[in-house]
Amino acid sequence: MSVIKPKIKDALRKQPNEWGTKLFVLAIILAIFYVAKDFIPYNGVTEQGLLIARNIFNALTNPNQTILFDFVTRDGVPVLIMETAAIAFLGTIFGALISIPFAFLSARNIVPKWIASIGVAIIVVIRTFPAVVYALMFIRVTGPGAFTGVLTLSVASIGMLAKLFAEIIEDLDPGIIEALDASGCNTIQKIQYGILPQLMSNFASTTIYRFEINVKYATILGMVGAGGIGAPLIFAISAYRWSDAGALLIGLVIFVLIIEMISTRIRKKLATGE
Amino acid sequence: MASLIALVKGLVSKALKIITPEPLQLSNGKIVRPAISIMWIVIPVLTFITVWSVSMTRFRLDMLLRRGGQFFVIVARMIPPNYAYFDNIVTPLVATILMSLVGTIIGAALALPFAYASSELNQSKIGKFAVRAFFSIARTLPVLVLAVLSMIVFGAGAFAGTVAIAIFTFTIMVKMFFELIDTADMGPFEAILSSGANRIQAFWTAIMPQLWGQYYSLTLYNLEMNIRNAAILGYVGAGGIGIVLSERLAWRVYPDVGLILLVLMVTVLVIESVSREIRRRLL
Repeated sequence: MSVIKPKIKDALRKQPNEWGTKLFVLAIILAIFYVAKDFIPYNGVTEQGLLIARNIFNALTNPNQTILFDFVTRDGVPVLIMETAAIAFLGTIFGALISIPFAFLSARNIVPKWIASIGVAIIVVIRTFPAVVYALMFIRVTGPGAFTGVLTLSVASIGMLAKLFAEIIEDLDPGIIEALDASGCNTIQKIQYGILPQLMSNFASTTIYRFEINVKYATILGMVGAGGIGAPLIFAISAYRWSDAGALLIGLVIFVLIIEMISTRIRKKLATGE
Repeated sequence: MASLIALVKGLVSKALKIITPEPLQLSNGKIVRPAISIMWIVIPVLTFITVWSVSMTRFRLDMLLRRGGQFFVIVARMIPPNYAYFDNIVTPLVATILMSLVGTIIGAALALPFAYASSELNQSKIGKFAVRAFFSIARTLPVLVLAVLSMIVFGAGAFAGTVAIAIFTFTIMVKMFFELIDTADMGPFEAILSSGANRIQAFWTAIMPQLWGQYYSLTLYNLEMNIRNAAILGYVGAGGIGIVLSERLAWRVYPDVGLILLVLMVTVLVIESVSREIRRRLL
């Protein structure tokens, strides 16, 4: 134990010396915090944090059961959840349908390069803006409500779906289509047996993943007036109606967890083939 | 009447033929039944849900056709953007960037020990399950809800927004990183353990050196998302450029909105491309 073998010493000495990089990263982080101090002022705690935490905990353990199990009126949690799900679902379906032509127009193996780069540029611009920004604009067009939420998510989905769809199209195996060509298939048959089977499961998997994301977006769009569970939740929290907030939060958590579970399961099946 | 019944019968038998394809007899005498396409279940179910969602959301195609063009009218009014307004958005823009930077750094740092606790390295099954369950639930909370909650504690402003982003990053990073820990090579970990180190020391010296690159990469990925998150927090009053954006939109000063969106777009694109370049070199 007392003598370290020369081999180990050599190995230790050969280890890359990363102190320079580490110090550099640390310096950047310290600089960020130093500058941030002026832009992100700490004004103390408004109320006792502990009291708030206890209130939230009480809310989650004692939710307002009247609205939690109200399956009929529009104020009931189940109906709000169903509306949220409907917004996310329609937004995903429309978003996916609009994305398909966009994706083909920006796939380099389908259209000439310059058309593809225009398509990619449009997708990048759409993807830049957060969904809430689209919601704020669509409210000016169609007024507040679930309908605006659907339009928002349709547009916001295009950025991600069209990009991923285009990547799937660019991965198409041309060998299969050549083989169908060689056996005398016509265009329709080539699309039916050569292209669609290659695309369908990946498209479906991507769309389901986007649905999962849209469900999460749909829960917040209500805060800007675009329908769903978000608006009642924000009103309840900011009015300190903790038992209502508790019921809404419980509904939201269970709903998102269920959607996540189903989505993961279907996507696993699509990926592994069974 | 009789011809109508025959027509329906014909249609039904045709439909049945598509749903249950006729068996084929191969040359060796074997009978093969072609598989029924799953589409015959998927399409009706999707159609049903779509119809139900349309009524649930009161989707109105006529409204979309009548008013849809208005969206592009608004976009057109943003062009050209009011460049003179730039001076007013410098401060909120810098605040937005700093909120996401600070929030991401804090969230990512907090995530490290909890990712360890949710990974297979944690020997306590109950502990691991409890941590994972807690974070699964915490992850469902949208960033705007976190912002409203933290505003109750810290008051309106950028500080509350930063806290919301930190918590949000924290909850996602735990999941993303523990999944990476579980795919790491355990050989070195066991070697260090057998030399007498405890599990934390072994994790730090044997697992983390494999993962630092991916950890930084995940952090940068979260930063890309958080720039967008920080941009909307202002809507509920939690600081950043969202405050100016929602105010200008509410007052319908579209050239100003155009400039804010343009600046936001450039910022997001610059940060994304810098982050991607660093990530490409890390991995």
